[in-house]
Amino acid sequence: MVVATIQFEPLNIGQLQAQLFEQTKGAGACVCFTGSVRDYNKHGAIEGIELEHYPGMTEKALLALAASTQKKFNCDGVAIVHRVGKVLNHEPIVWVGTASAHREAAFNAAMYAMDALKQSVPLWKREWSGQHATWVDSKAADVKAFERWQTSVEDE
Amino acid sequence: MARVTVKFFAQVRELAGVEEVPLSIEDNATLDSIRQVLSEQNESFKNALAGTIVMARNQTIVKADTKVADGDEIAFFPPVTGG
Repeated sequence: MVVATIQFEPLNIGQLQAQLFEQTKGAGACVCFTGSVRDYNKHGAIEGIELEHYPGMTEKALLALAASTQKKFNCDGVAIVHRVGKVLNHEPIVWVGTASAHREAAFNAAMYAMDALKQSVPLWKREWSGQHATWVDSKAADVKAFERWQTSVEDE
Repeated sequence: MARVTVKFFAQVRELAGVEEVPLSIEDNATLDSIRQVLSEQNESFKNALAGTIVMARNQTIVKADTKVADGDEIAFFPPVTGG
């Protein structure tokens, strides 16, 4: 089972998790990750974020990521759902659910999916504060987080 | 000549001042050569395409030396920041 969607509407985390359980019956492990909007950045308080995407390519890239994650970790299921448009402080921005026979694969798959998403899926975040919106820069730590997976693949 | 559409996103779109632009370019042109041609067209494109730019051809991220073909959809954008 592979699911990858973007949506302007708020995420229903409970429903997403229930669907993952339902569609991966028999899996021994299920890991669900939710990323939410922080109400601050390094300069102070923010009022929310806005996510731009590349219609067509973003959906394709997200689906390719979910499929490759399932294959790489031999998961029963991988689901990735990402918000686009305006997202308020404290609201979920991304949800990743993985199901596998054992916990190690499910945990690794969820971590990999998030690390790869931050490098390969065309989404751009800007933070709102007052009347000003500031584009978020990519982080070196995120690049490094993804590189460790590339290293581990080469070791295999 | 190859006719392509070049799309811009996020900061690159804002600096370019347009969402997309049609372009006729010599056969066997690469994405990097498209970047150079646009950068020489005006200051807005020059500023938009300076620095680290991710390039996509027909909605797949590719290297700068990738060749384009007639009808391609090319995109230039900054490093992604989702999640």
